[in-house]
Amino acid sequence: MPNKERITRLENQATQSRRDILRMVYAAQSGHPGGSLGCIDYMTALFSNVMRRSPKDFRMDGKDQDMFFLSNGHITPCLYSALARSGYFDIKELATFRKLDSRLQGHPSVHDHLPGIHVASGSLGQGLSVALGAAEAKKLNKDPYLVYVLAGDGELQEGQNWEAIMYAGAKKVDNLILTVDYNLKQIDGPIDKVLDLGDLAGKFRAFDWHVLEGNGNNMEELLDVLSQAKAACGKGKPVVFLMRTEMGYGVDFMMGTHKWHGTPPNEEQFNMAIAQIKETLGDY
Amino acid sequence: MEKIQYTELKECRAGFGEGLLEAGKQNEDIVALCADLTASVKMDAFAKAFPERFFQIGIAEANMIGMAAGFALSGKIPFVGSFANFCTTRVLDQIRMVVAYSNNNVKICGSHAGVTTGEDGATHQVMEDIGFIKGLPNMVVINPCDFNQTKAATLAIANYKGPVYLRFGRPKMPNFTPENQQFEIGKAVVLKEGKDISIFATGHLVYPALEAAYMLHDKGIAAEVINIHTIKPLDNKAVLDSVMKTKCVVTAEEHLLNGGLGDSVAQLLVRNYPVPQEYVAMEDRFGISGKPEEVLSYFGLDKEHIFNASLKAIQRKK
Repeated sequence: MPNKERITRLENQATQSRRDILRMVYAAQSGHPGGSLGCIDYMTALFSNVMRRSPKDFRMDGKDQDMFFLSNGHITPCLYSALARSGYFDIKELATFRKLDSRLQGHPSVHDHLPGIHVASGSLGQGLSVALGAAEAKKLNKDPYLVYVLAGDGELQEGQNWEAIMYAGAKKVDNLILTVDYNLKQIDGPIDKVLDLGDLAGKFRAFDWHVLEGNGNNMEELLDVLSQAKAACGKGKPVVFLMRTEMGYGVDFMMGTHKWHGTPPNEEQFNMAIAQIKETLGDY
Repeated sequence: MEKIQYTELKECRAGFGEGLLEAGKQNEDIVALCADLTASVKMDAFAKAFPERFFQIGIAEANMIGMAAGFALSGKIPFVGSFANFCTTRVLDQIRMVVAYSNNNVKICGSHAGVTTGEDGATHQVMEDIGFIKGLPNMVVINPCDFNQTKAATLAIANYKGPVYLRFGRPKMPNFTPENQQFEIGKAVVLKEGKDISIFATGHLVYPALEAAYMLHDKGIAAEVINIHTIKPLDNKAVLDSVMKTKCVVTAEEHLLNGGLGDSVAQLLVRNYPVPQEYVAMEDRFGISGKPEEVLSYFGLDKEHIFNASLKAIQRKK
């Protein structure tokens, strides 16, 4: 597919997923819309274009396919919509989000065998460690595929991440691409007011990582950085993509604030929000 | 009466080390992860034999548990080794989410468990771990009693699919169970039969329980001694069968009274067949430095206390 056409297709899918996210969180009257709206472009690109894995062939053990781990487990509306819209399961199932007996638990679970999920997450700071184990297993198996991880930026305040970041650099785990959702916001407010991350790129470089930066809400730029990230693998350094995003991206009143981290919209807010996002592929 | 006697003093941790090496030879999916305690927890033989399958994580137990989960979900069988407190209480939330809830085939192997870590003192003498780990759904909790049994348990958990906590001690202790025994997870072992009292013991207190039973024998009391090497899942049938015969119980363990084997037995009995029960366990406090045997006696974790607790339980039947 020509580049431009591919970008348009992915943008349309991400737009539809933004509707899914709002509708899921509104229907459940709980969940995390802010980070989900910010990360959906990345998640769409990953599952529908970047990863070398066919949705129908998802393997729990990830053998001979790329794997993905979500460390900031609270953005399940984003994860579930991207998985469903990429063909991992029927989009109708999105209507069960956070309801009793659903496979779409509030935070990711393997308990119910939802395709696309390898491990539970939600207690923050753990996804990178699990991904490192999977990446080392791939190296043992001489499996050339890659391991992708998404972590929140606030989550980097968890010390376990820095154990993992130190390990990955020192042991040259170069078949792994960590993306940081660099939206500079967390539950209690702006990151620099809560606990500033300082020179994040410099910190990763000091731990011997290959650092890339870019805009995570621009599909063309995203695809470009992710292909640079792929190309940087296998060269003795783990790769991190510091992905600038806007929390709440696509809904004007949800942007520029941390207030929509874990709050569902009421009816009036939902109507205002959904009117701003075109139905491109049909609602679930 | 034929008495079971120990042949020599050996370390449970050494049994783990031998078992891990043998398991590694049998199955190349086994990997081992250690957080800078390789020789202490006896993973060095495995590390030397299979350097490509041994992962030195550094002093970073949280990352180690997460990585073990990653290995497990990828089809490997990770054995995680550390001191028992550093691979349980220190990383409880990691175990909860990525091992237990995610039902990953991780073997958490905690050496230096209990007050028999001795001179290192309370910071290293974990006495709460069984309670914490058995409280997590999906977890199996095993506390073998000697070198031979620790080796057998290590081999057995390698062949079991699911998360396991294997808990064992550091010092040389009586080695009295059979060499090359078959270890069946969740299956209690009757060491001595008796009709007057059931003594359920685990870990380092199994041998003193036997000694106490022989002391009781000299008083004309027939004690039944059962080795509960698997605390979860508890062998309910073995416990109930014994108690229906003896009508009173002593539990003995190198663990806090809260959350240990005694609590598991009490929970089973109170719901099915309530009888008088005495605990030989540590009260609600932390340990102290001293030689292993000294510290065990200081906290009443020895044959004399099991003997006295047995008399008391029998008294309460009347």
